[in-house]
Amino acid sequence: MKLETCLTGFVSSHVRSNTHVAPRVTPWLFFYPHPFRKEDFNGIPDLASNPIRTQIVEAFFDQRNFSKDGDGKVDEIGFEEFLVVMSHFRPPSLPMTDEQRDSVRKEKLRFLFNMHDSDNDGMITLEEYRHVVEELLSRSGALGKETAKGIADAAMLEVASISVGHMEPDEFYEGITFDHFLKLLATFEIESKMSVRFLNMDTITLCK
Amino acid sequence: MFWRRAAHGRVGFRRSLPELGLLLLATLVLLEGSVLPLGAASSPETGITPGAGVSHGHADKNHSETKHKKPFPVLGLNYDSVKTPFEISLWVLLASLMKLGFHLLPRVSSIVPESCLLIVVGLLVGGGIKLIREEVPPVLDTKLFFYCLLPPIILDAGYFLPIRPFMENLGTILMFAVVGTLWNAFFVGGFLFAVCQIPHASLSHIGLLPCLLFGSIISAVDPVAVLAVFEEIHINELLHILVFGESLLNDAVTVVLYHLFEEFSEAGTVTVLDGFLGVISFLVVALGGVLVGAFYGFVAALTSRFTYHIRVIEPLFVFVYSYMAYLSAEVFHLSGIMALIACGAVMRPYVEANISHKSHTTIKYFLKMWSSVSETLIFIFLGVATVEGPHQWNWVFVTATVILCLVSRVIGVVGLTFVINKFRMVNLTTKDQFIIAYGGLRGAIAFSLGFLLDIEHFKDMREIFLTAIITVVFFTVFVQGMTIKPLVELLAVKKKQEAKRSINEEIHTQFLDHLLTGIEDICGHYGHHHWKDKLNRFNKKYVKGFLIAGERSKEPQLIAFYHKLEMKQAIQLVESGGGSKLPSAMPSTVSMQNIQPKNQPPPPKPTERALPQLTKGREEEIRKILRSNLQRTRQRLHSYNRHTLVADPDEEGFQDIILKKQKMMELDRKIKEMANYLSVPSHPKDSPTMSRARLASDPQAYNIKLPAGGVPTIQVDLASPQSPDSVNLLDEIGKAEQKEDSGLMMKPPESNGPEKAGEKDGWRDQQKLTRCLSDPGPGAEEDEDEPFLP
Repeated sequence: MKLETCLTGFVSSHVRSNTHVAPRVTPWLFFYPHPFRKEDFNGIPDLASNPIRTQIVEAFFDQRNFSKDGDGKVDEIGFEEFLVVMSHFRPPSLPMTDEQRDSVRKEKLRFLFNMHDSDNDGMITLEEYRHVVEELLSRSGALGKETAKGIADAAMLEVASISVGHMEPDEFYEGITFDHFLKLLATFEIESKMSVRFLNMDTITLCK
Repeated sequence: MFWRRAAHGRVGFRRSLPELGLLLLATLVLLEGSVLPLGAASSPETGITPGAGVSHGHADKNHSETKHKKPFPVLGLNYDSVKTPFEISLWVLLASLMKLGFHLLPRVSSIVPESCLLIVVGLLVGGGIKLIREEVPPVLDTKLFFYCLLPPIILDAGYFLPIRPFMENLGTILMFAVVGTLWNAFFVGGFLFAVCQIPHASLSHIGLLPCLLFGSIISAVDPVAVLAVFEEIHINELLHILVFGESLLNDAVTVVLYHLFEEFSEAGTVTVLDGFLGVISFLVVALGGVLVGAFYGFVAALTSRFTYHIRVIEPLFVFVYSYMAYLSAEVFHLSGIMALIACGAVMRPYVEANISHKSHTTIKYFLKMWSSVSETLIFIFLGVATVEGPHQWNWVFVTATVILCLVSRVIGVVGLTFVINKFRMVNLTTKDQFIIAYGGLRGAIAFSLGFLLDIEHFKDMREIFLTAIITVVFFTVFVQGMTIKPLVELLAVKKKQEAKRSINEEIHTQFLDHLLTGIEDICGHYGHHHWKDKLNRFNKKYVKGFLIAGERSKEPQLIAFYHKLEMKQAIQLVESGGGSKLPSAMPSTVSMQNIQPKNQPPPPKPTERALPQLTKGREEEIRKILRSNLQRTRQRLHSYNRHTLVADPDEEGFQDIILKKQKMMELDRKIKEMANYLSVPSHPKDSPTMSRARLASDPQAYNIKLPAGGVPTIQVDLASPQSPDSVNLLDEIGKAEQKEDSGLMMKPPESNGPEKAGEKDGWRDQQKLTRCLSDPGPGAEEDEDEPFLP
C-alpha cells in the first residue's frame, strides 16, 4: 500500500512536470530509503491476478529498458530507473511530427520486444514466443498447454511469412528480430495504445 | 392501360443491358403508379361481395324471384381483400428492384450515393402517382416508420456494433451526442426565433418555444442517413464510430427535448423547475432505455442457453426479444433506440456462443436484409412524401434553417473537439473535425418527428416546419452525401484498413491489455484498464457460466479466436477445391520446417543437416499438408482472382505451381468421387454465395465441436506408425488438438508411408472438414471482437 501511494505521487508529479526523464533530486528519494526489489512488487494485491505479472516485474529490472546500451538484469532499482521504465508509458504529446511518432513507436515497441526476448539475444525465438502465449493463457487451465503451442507456432509462421516470404526448405528462420517485430505491428497504433493516463492524481502523500 | 406501357418497354430490346434494365425499371415504376390508383379506384365498389360473378348472382337473387342458376364463375376479380398486403409487397418489391437496378449502372452509383438515387426514385414514383390520381397515399406514416422501418436498421447497427472502439471513444461520443445536440438545438432554435422577428418575413406567429422545438427536431444527426452515406466511403474506424455512435446516442436527447418543448408549447411558459425536471428526464430516458435493453439482452442470452434442441427458432428469439425491448422502452417514453442498441450489444457475445452456426448466419442475413430493405424504403418514402406535402415555402425560414444548421454544426464540433482533446489520448485533428462536422447528416427521423407534430396545435407552423425539414434533409443527403467522397479523397483522410486481424495482433492486443492493467496496478491508479480488467474477470467468473451453455463458457478468447481463424482457412480450402488456392500461397513457402528452436546445433553445415534429406516430392506433400493445417496469411499476399488461375509465367517457381496444381487436381477428383458420402453439395469454384458470405466485420468460421457427447469421427493420425488404411475411432477434440500438434511439430517423417499416404491424409482432412460443414453442430464462435468488454 505504501509503495503504491509513493509511486503514485511521485510518478504523477514527474509526469505533470513534463520533462525528460533525467535523474532528479526529489523529496521522496530521501523518504524512501532503500531501492526496490522484486519482492516489493509482489506485495501489490491486484497484480496477483495478472497472468503476465512475472514479465511485467522483470521488465522493471531489465537494464535494457534503462538505457540504450544496457544489458542484463539487476536486482534492485532506484527511483530513477523506475521512472525510466514508467516513461515508456507516457501518453504521446501532441502535435507530433512523423519522426517523433516513429521514434515514440520504436521506443515503445522496443520495450515490448525486450519483454518477450528474455534471454537478450536480440531475437524472439519460437520457445520464447511459446512462453509468451502460455503465460497469456495461464489462467485458462487445462486447454492451455497444447493449444498455446499451436497458437504460438501459427503466429511464428505468420511472422516468417510476412517478413521473409519465400524460404527454401533448408533455410532457417531463427527468430523475430526487432525489424520484423516493427513490421509485424506496423498497423498497431502502439503510440496511443500503450499509454497510461495519470490524470486525477492530486494527492501526493508523503511516505514515511 | 398498363399493357401499353409494358409494350413500350419492349421497344428497345436490342440496346445493351443497362439501358434495358433502366427501361424495365421505369416500366415497373409506372406499373406501380398505375396499380395503386387501380386499387384505390376499386375500393368504392367494395362492400358487396367478392367475385363479380357471384355478386351478379346475388343481385339477381335479390331482385328477381326466379331461381335460375348462373354458370359458376371461372374467373373473378377481387382486389380489395388483398389490397393492403399487395401494396406493401409492391413497395418492397420496388425497393428491392431499385437496389438491383443501381448495380446495373455502376457509373452512376459511384458518383451519387444510393440514398440520393432512392430519393429521386421516390420523387418520381410520387410524382407519377400524383399525376395519375391527384392524390398521393400517405406512405410515410409515423407509426409505420417508427415501429416497422426504423427498428431493423437500429438492431442491425446495435448487434454488429464494434464494441471495442465504441467503448474506447465513449466519452467523446457522448460529448458529441449530448452536448453537441443540445448546442445545435438551442442555437438553431434561438436564432430562428430571432429571424422570425424580422418584420416582413411573415413569420412572426412562430413563438420561441415552437422555434426551439423545431431546433430540437432538426438538430439530431440521423443514423440511417449516416449509415447510408458512410458505408460507401470507407473511412477509418475512429471517425466512423464517432459519427455513427453520435447518431445513435443522440436519440435520448432528441426524445427528451421533443417531448419537453412539445409539452411546454402547449403550456406556453417554462420555469426553472421544468428545466431541472428536463435534465432528470434526460437521465431517466437514457439510462432507462439502456437498462431495459440490457435486461432483454440478458433474458435473450439466457433463453439461448437452452435452445440446444430446437435450433430452428433461435434467430426468432434474437429478433423478438430485441423488438420487445424497443417497444417496451417506447411504452415508457424511454429511448427506444438506445434500448435496442443495448439489447443487441449485450446479448451478442453470449448468444453467439450458444447458437449454432447456421442460426448465426440466419440472424446475420436477416438483419442485413431487413435493414437494407428498410433503408431503401425510407428513402423512397421520403421522396414520395416530399411530393405529397403539405408544403409551405418560406424563403427566409428555409434558408435561415439550412445556414444555421451548418454553422451550428461546425461551431459545435470545433468547440467540443477543443475541450475533448484535453482528455483524449489521440487527439482529433482538423481533418477529423471537418469530417465529423460534414458527416452530420439529417434524415428521415427528423421528418417523421415533424410529421408527428399535432396538426391542431401547430396550425400554421407545421407546413413551414415540414418544408424546412425536407429541405435540410435533401441538402444534407444530396449535397453533403455526394461531395463527402471526393472530399475524403482530397483531404487524404485515413481509410479503413483492409487487413484482417492476424493472430499476432490478437496476441499483442491481449498482452498489451494485461501489461497496461499491470502498470496501472503498480501505480495504484485505478484507470480505464483496471476497471475493464475487473469487469472481464467478473464476466468470466459469473456471467459467462450462467449464460453460456456447456464447455464454451470456459474458453479463453485467444483460443476461440485462433480456432475460428483456422476453421475459416480450412473452409476456404474446401470450398474452392484446393486448386485455385495454390497460386496465392506460392510466394510464401515458409513452413514450420523453417522455424527451428534456437538450441538446434547452430548454423547447420551443408554436410550435416538437422533434418534428414527428403525427396523433393515428399517435401511437397508435407508442405501441402502443413499448409492445409496451418493458418496462412493470405491477406498479405497477392490476391489472385479465382478466374485468373494462371500465374505470371515469369514468376519463379512456375513449374512448382503447375506440379502442385496437378496434385491438388488429383485430390479434387478424389473428393468428387467421395461426394456421395457428403451431404453438402460441393460449391462451384467461384461461389458468389460464399464470397458474399464474408461481410466486412465478421470472419465466419466453425468452431471445433466440443466433447458434449462427442461424435466420433474417422481420423487418421498424421504421424501414426500404423498403415494409412487402418482407421481409429477417436474422440474428435482430442484428435483435433493432437493433429494440429503433430502437423506442426514436423518430426522427421516417421510416417514413412509412400507418397500416397500424404495425399490420403490430406483427403481425409477434407472429409473431416466437409463433415463439419454438413453438421448442424452446436459449435459456434465468438466474433473477432470480444465477449463483453474487450
